Amino acid sequence: MKPPPFTYHAPTTVEEAVDVLAEVGEDGKVLAGGQSLIPLLNFRLAAPEHLVDVNGIGALDRIALDDDVVRVSAGVRHARLERHQAVYAACPLLRQALVHVAHPVVRNRGTVCGSIAHADPAGELTAVLVLLDGTVHLAAQRAGQLARRDVPGSDFFRGVFEADVGADELVEAVTFPRLPARAGSAFVEVARRHGDYAVCGAGATVQLDERGRIAAARLAFISVGPVPVAVDLTELLAGAAPARVRLEAVAEQARAAVRPGSDLHASAEYRRHLAGVLAARALQEAVADARDRRDRRREP
Amino acid sequence: MTADDLHEFTLVVNGRPRELRVPARRLLSDALRHDLGLTGTHVGCEHGVCGCCTVLLDGEPVRSCLAFAVSVAGHEVTTVEGLAGPDGTLHPVQQAFAECHGLQCGFCTPGFVMAVCGLLADQPEPTEEQALEGISGNLCRCTGYQNILRAVHRAAELLAEQGDRP
Amino acid sequence: MTTRLFGEGIARREDPRLLRGEGRYLDDLGSDALEVAFVRSPHAHARITDIDVADALDVDGLVALYVHEDLPARLREPLPLLIPHPALTQPRTACCLADAVVRHVGEPVAMVVATDRYVAEDAAERIDVTYEPLEPVVGLDAAARGAARVHDDVPGNVAAALVQEVGDVDAALAQAPHTLDLALEIERSASTPLEARGVYARWDADDGTLRVYSSTQTPTSVRFAVAAKLGLPAEKVECVAPDVGGGFGVKIMHPWAEEILVPWAARLLGRPVKWTEDRVEHFVAATHERAQTHDITVGFDDDGRILGLDVRFRHDNGAYVPYGLIVPIITATQLPGPYKLGAYRVAFESLYSTTCPVTPYRGAGRPQACFAMERTVDAIAARLERDRAAVRAANLIAPDEMPYDIGLVFQDGRPAIYDSGDFPATLAKVRELIGWDDFPRLKAEAAAEGRRLGIGLACYVEGTGVGPYEGGHVHVETSGRVNVYTGLSSQGQGHATVFAQIVATELGVPLDDVHVTTGDTRRFPYAVGTFASRAAVMSGSAIALAARKVRAKALRIAAEALEANPDDLEISEGIVRVKGSPGDAIPLKAVAVLSNPLRYAFDESARAATQFALPASEDRPPIADDDEPGLEGRDYYSPLRSTFANGMHAAVVETDPDTAEVRILRYAVVHDCGPLINPRIVEGQIHGGVAQGIAGALYERMAYDEAGQLTNASFMDFLMPYATEIPAIAIDHLETPSPLNPLGIKGAGEAGVIPVSAALAAAIEDAEGIPIHRMPLSPDELHALRARAGGEAS
Repeated sequence: MKPPPFTYHAPTTVEEAVDVLAEVGEDGKVLAGGQSLIPLLNFRLAAPEHLVDVNGIGALDRIALDDDVVRVSAGVRHARLERHQAVYAACPLLRQALVHVAHPVVRNRGTVCGSIAHADPAGELTAVLVLLDGTVHLAAQRAGQLARRDVPGSDFFRGVFEADVGADELVEAVTFPRLPARAGSAFVEVARRHGDYAVCGAGATVQLDERGRIAAARLAFISVGPVPVAVDLTELLAGAAPARVRLEAVAEQARAAVRPGSDLHASAEYRRHLAGVLAARALQEAVADARDRRDRRREP
Repeated sequence: MTADDLHEFTLVVNGRPRELRVPARRLLSDALRHDLGLTGTHVGCEHGVCGCCTVLLDGEPVRSCLAFAVSVAGHEVTTVEGLAGPDGTLHPVQQAFAECHGLQCGFCTPGFVMAVCGLLADQPEPTEEQALEGISGNLCRCTGYQNILRAVHRAAELLAEQGDRP
Repeated sequence: MTTRLFGEGIARREDPRLLRGEGRYLDDLGSDALEVAFVRSPHAHARITDIDVADALDVDGLVALYVHEDLPARLREPLPLLIPHPALTQPRTACCLADAVVRHVGEPVAMVVATDRYVAEDAAERIDVTYEPLEPVVGLDAAARGAARVHDDVPGNVAAALVQEVGDVDAALAQAPHTLDLALEIERSASTPLEARGVYARWDADDGTLRVYSSTQTPTSVRFAVAAKLGLPAEKVECVAPDVGGGFGVKIMHPWAEEILVPWAARLLGRPVKWTEDRVEHFVAATHERAQTHDITVGFDDDGRILGLDVRFRHDNGAYVPYGLIVPIITATQLPGPYKLGAYRVAFESLYSTTCPVTPYRGAGRPQACFAMERTVDAIAARLERDRAAVRAANLIAPDEMPYDIGLVFQDGRPAIYDSGDFPATLAKVRELIGWDDFPRLKAEAAAEGRRLGIGLACYVEGTGVGPYEGGHVHVETSGRVNVYTGLSSQGQGHATVFAQIVATELGVPLDDVHVTTGDTRRFPYAVGTFASRAAVMSGSAIALAARKVRAKALRIAAEALEANPDDLEISEGIVRVKGSPGDAIPLKAVAVLSNPLRYAFDESARAATQFALPASEDRPPIADDDEPGLEGRDYYSPLRSTFANGMHAAVVETDPDTAEVRILRYAVVHDCGPLINPRIVEGQIHGGVAQGIAGALYERMAYDEAGQLTNASFMDFLMPYATEIPAIAIDHLETPSPLNPLGIKGAGEAGVIPVSAALAAAIEDAEGIPIHRMPLSPDELHALRARAGGEAS
């Protein structure tokens, strides 16, 4: 289980990185945290001729918050984002999901952008991106110049390990919108062992109105299809008092939306069942989170 | 098929700069073990699940089988060999494992010890849940984890007594 | 005062070294060695039609590569059948490198030697093997159908069939007021130590000796096997087990193909050669265990007393049977557990399949036996609507019936006679520890909150400390250092501590003076190995006997020096004293000097033993006819038969009504391995065993698909539990001594794993009200069982 040989590139700027990527094209692969890529190499399931290591690009080691979004650059490790208090205040779903990503030691090295670029249908952050409708910021060299393009989170994932990112493109950053006032979020999952890829996972966001009734609610699921599955519950729930929500209807809508497959760890039928169970749980937790945040804001 | 190109760089290992001249694909675990002779870092799976190869990279525990040595050039690495005193006196975390019978075959132990060092640097007085989370990424086949969990709390006590940080 | 360290839970002496990272495991050795990678079959069953190595030859750093035809005659022959048995009528073993046909994924086809493992893998990848696929045979049903054969010349894939019967089962069943039929299944799993296998060999051309290091549970037998295969005198081969990162049974298997090929290549190339198995190789190319299906008919009376038990089971032995029939024989003979069965008949078939071969994994057939027996007892209780503990109590062998002959031939070829134990007392303790009597209240309270709780109980008897023998050697140096050697090897059991405790106690020396070496044929060439919970019983007893010899010799020499009667002497803290006269004393190290009459005073202490220093006796030679120089002694322990430990486990589980996840709320163990040499170490063994049991019950399985591909050959998909999956484990002990050995001890190493699947199945069944007849059980499977039960109910 030793990786195959490759040519190593260690750019120190984004410009250098995209130049190398343009040069090596399909034969290249970006190395960030390596927590998904290096196992593939060690198993010799992948053998890129070139690795472009972005760990030395100081400019990519940034978390930036503005009035609207949290921007996470390509060098940011899961653990750093998870511990970031201002990010938690702005966008709690990130921490709520990140604690389910593997184990703390893996999160110390793995990167947020790497997880998204990897497009693993079991990756928690894929659901976060879709649920929040964040944006993926890509960089590439076009005609000798650094060119950037943005892809909406809801359009980014194309299939199992496939996303809208070219071989010559670098996921430079991802932005996640701030959670609005009177909103809450949650992430729940069932995994065989704590820290494993989920058999099924669900993220939820809920927007309450001034009277505490549901104004909007959305879910996104992992491990139940080739890409994250988003479910908008707004039509079903708008105007409902949270206590009056018919959870069975929520579960049913979730079960109808997912497209799970069977594998070693779970049958399609069980995953579909879990999608219903977790839909209800995620929704309830998100409502509780919204109320918690409202209550905390009210405190002097 | 010709031999790999070699990369020359420095790692700061257990406080000492160490020169390496290795192929780009040399895993950090192999560089430590086979190029620097620090065989206390063990390799149990080479796909990042077992945690036997855990070392501190700039003070934070990471899997050394999931990093290329060249990729951490210039950074600081602490291995299990870097913990005990020059006279062999055990570090409080090591001492706690010995006191609590937290090891049997000893193969997973260096990885656990490094993970616990990382945990206690972050959370000097971990709750039961935090202690469990802190060791949750390391496999042990011998102990059933019972005494490892005890050792985490004992290590926290010993460190507090010493006013020390791992 | 004597030094009584036996029984003390002292800290382990091996730990500081291991904690500092100074352990020396196989891959920590041989930094100058060439490294090996293997080309292994990607097919479960195929004929090799061509092997093209041209591309591999271009790899810079390649040193050598070999296929079957390149090997000398002796290495082309099949590997040995380690444990022949008359019932094993169709034994087949593998070759070092596949000879024309491969019979499981992972079977070695070609060996590559290169400057390092990276390069070896590069070359291995470039060897192009052409296979003509043959029909795979996967699972017991396919094996038993026999439509496709694993070995052309073995009809029906039946390697062996064996029946043992005690009493007249047919008559007992015919007369029983009640009968029940059950079909029970356990799936495949594996030992999975965190250090995989490894072999490192150095050939010394100057004196024609070969040193082999192997991560093995039996270096003495590896030595003889390597010598035989390489045609070397045993005297020219040394085998050392360095620190071994866990074994759990898989490393008792030997000689592995790799264990023969690596030393052979080292000798041929005249350079040190090392193979360090990687994790994927370990999954597909080492060995597995556990897969069995059991069909049971039981007859019983109104109190649940078993009148007759008829068990037919099938054992999946994989592609080859190098370790013989040990696993199914253990299932067959350990199945009765602590119960009087009336009549008992057990018949098994051992079947070939195109999967990894099967050799013992901790528990070795006992978890299956316990599952079969305990699920049967629970089914009896359910049928009679009686308390499950009460039905067990009605069937237990009473303490005054010991020794109790169950009438079967055990795995050592000797009668299975329970030597000790108090099963009713054990049952009382485990009921107390788990809170059996109070559980109905707890369950009802939880039910009121919509929670599902269940409780389960399982009992076992475990034959431990099997023969034929182990030996021990104790040697007191003139510095006072006490060296202890035994041939079997250690994989984390704390031998360096417990054997030192035994010697310190027997000899009366400080623990710090005692140094234990295990698993090194240069130190002690005769041994069997570490398996079957036998090290403490066998080597512990042998070492105790050797220490007693040394003590007797020390007393004799000291008595002469002190002009006292040996019976009036005692040894404590390394000093021999006349009892009641503390001034009359001589240190043991001085006795060691006197024990070796010398001509040369090579150091200060030696002066006392030189020829003009000692009082000369004209009528006696310096060494008596029946004596030897040196304060040392060697002895062997060879028991008449195995000693039987026992125990009972109980568990409380909670099942999630929605997700079907199972959480263990309480786990209780009561264990009787006789007197505890070191309670901390025994408890550690139990903890680890229980964790492996939980793993086998709820998480781990070897998932072969129909094509014979192992679909979960990684730690991502083979779900070895983390700390987060293992609950707190409560332990209580009962210490009924064995009459069979000088220390009264019984084995403890495997016990923890044996009843876990049975106890958890019982607890889940209690929580769910759905019969559980197959383990392991995943949430998905429990969910499916619920759906089926719901469907049947409606």
